[in-house]
Amino acid sequence: MRLYWKYVWILFKSQMQYRASFWLLTLGQCLTPLAVFAGLYFLFERFGQIRGWSFPEVAVCFAVIHTAFAITECFARGFDLFSTMVGQGEFDRVLVRPRGTILQVLGSKFEFARAGRLLQSLLVLFFALSSLTIEWTPLKTVTLILMISCGVFIFTGIFILAATFCFWTIQGLEVVHILTDGGKEMAQYPLNIYQKWVARFFTFVIPFGCINYLPLMYILDKTEGNGILYMLAPTAGIIFLLPCLLVWNIGVRHYRSTGS
Amino acid sequence: MRMYWSVFKLRLYNGLQYRSAALAGIVTQFFWGFIAIMVFEAFYSQALSQPPMSLPELISYIWLKQAFLILVILWLRDSELSDLITSGNIAYDLCRPSGIYNFWYAKLLAQRLSGAALRCSPILIISFFLPHPYRLMSPPDSFAFWLFIISLLLGLLLVTAISMLIYISVFATLSPSGSFLMFAVLGEFLSGMIVPIPLLPQWLQQILYALPFHFTADFPFRVYSGHIPASEALVGIGIQMIWLAVLFVVGKWLMSRALRNIVVQGG
Repeated sequence: MRLYWKYVWILFKSQMQYRASFWLLTLGQCLTPLAVFAGLYFLFERFGQIRGWSFPEVAVCFAVIHTAFAITECFARGFDLFSTMVGQGEFDRVLVRPRGTILQVLGSKFEFARAGRLLQSLLVLFFALSSLTIEWTPLKTVTLILMISCGVFIFTGIFILAATFCFWTIQGLEVVHILTDGGKEMAQYPLNIYQKWVARFFTFVIPFGCINYLPLMYILDKTEGNGILYMLAPTAGIIFLLPCLLVWNIGVRHYRSTGS
Repeated sequence: MRMYWSVFKLRLYNGLQYRSAALAGIVTQFFWGFIAIMVFEAFYSQALSQPPMSLPELISYIWLKQAFLILVILWLRDSELSDLITSGNIAYDLCRPSGIYNFWYAKLLAQRLSGAALRCSPILIISFFLPHPYRLMSPPDSFAFWLFIISLLLGLLLVTAISMLIYISVFATLSPSGSFLMFAVLGEFLSGMIVPIPLLPQWLQQILYALPFHFTADFPFRVYSGHIPASEALVGIGIQMIWLAVLFVVGKWLMSRALRNIVVQGG
């Protein structure tokens, strides 16, 4: 773990060398979800509600998923750009070092400019939570933290899975964006507005529903019956990460260098 | 003119090589399309008042947007061109016996067309045969269809002219990612790619209709579904042409100014 922070610190120093470009990028990153959020706001201004969900409620959904995504993009960027690492044969260097591969790939990139997105998502989260009247209990606070942290686990899992494919294909796969960007886009609305099969797929196969829709019902007191199950739903994210790590290890064993 | 035509053709063939990327693109477009339709379906199912655009019209809008995405998005980026500027290799292009504006314009146009040629027909055909709520409806009459084709092509010329302005701005900023991000995000919202313009509040619509972005995507898609009637569409096509002329003149002027100040460091 100490090693990881050292990696991060070095990357931070190197990125701060280009200060103007850094701030421009941060600002730009901030704008992207802002435009999407503005779109969301205008839709609610026109329609009022979506299947019984009000604007602040959906905004919480939106903010949780975007916060998780922004955090993941910050620190798991190494996996996102893994195809170039394999393509240029740099992964060989990682393999000969006496440390775990996952730690090293994680530490190879850290995108600080994404902090702009994170900040924007957090602002939306605070705005949304403050405009809702929620009776806060310690359990609900824990649930909220679980939602975001487990969201990070899911996105990391997908990034790792996508990176693993690179061992075989060498190139990055565009289809994976369905799961990352598409999943993010989809999960910014509560899952019950979609068709049954979509909702099922994104609850049981890739558990996006478990990190915002189900626990959010608990926070908003919309649940029927036992609340604990809803509250613990985010832990599905941790369960999701395990097979991803397993697949990664299989992939590493199949790795054949591209040379150069 | 023959020279620009051959640049255009070369680029077109080059772009057509990337078939697997196109296939992946198609799958992704379908996924996005379905998600967008389901969201709007949910919004429409409990709408309190009649929305200004019917659901079938909206669905056509979404499928056309997915099919012709490459033709109309602003953030399609040819990093080769911006690299030319930042690395100084633009010196080679300046030596060529051709106007650099037209040369680049032909390149960008071909890039868009080759991308769209591979992607649009599968999406259009499949979405045309989908079961009822998701189906792409056919245009109300053949006249509307021809108007759609004309306005889409003009929109393509328009969006390429706008993206030329972005490349020109790289001369000043030297940081392509910053310029692109700013333009792309704003352009996407202003051209109705995030939320169709008729669904936005009235005051915002007034602003958007006065800008050229609306004519790149929102306008042709609504002409197709007949949401914009033929008489209005003819006027709109006229305005498209005016915008196109203005953007050409401004772009060429800015380009010549930028080129006058350019300093290429050796290397």
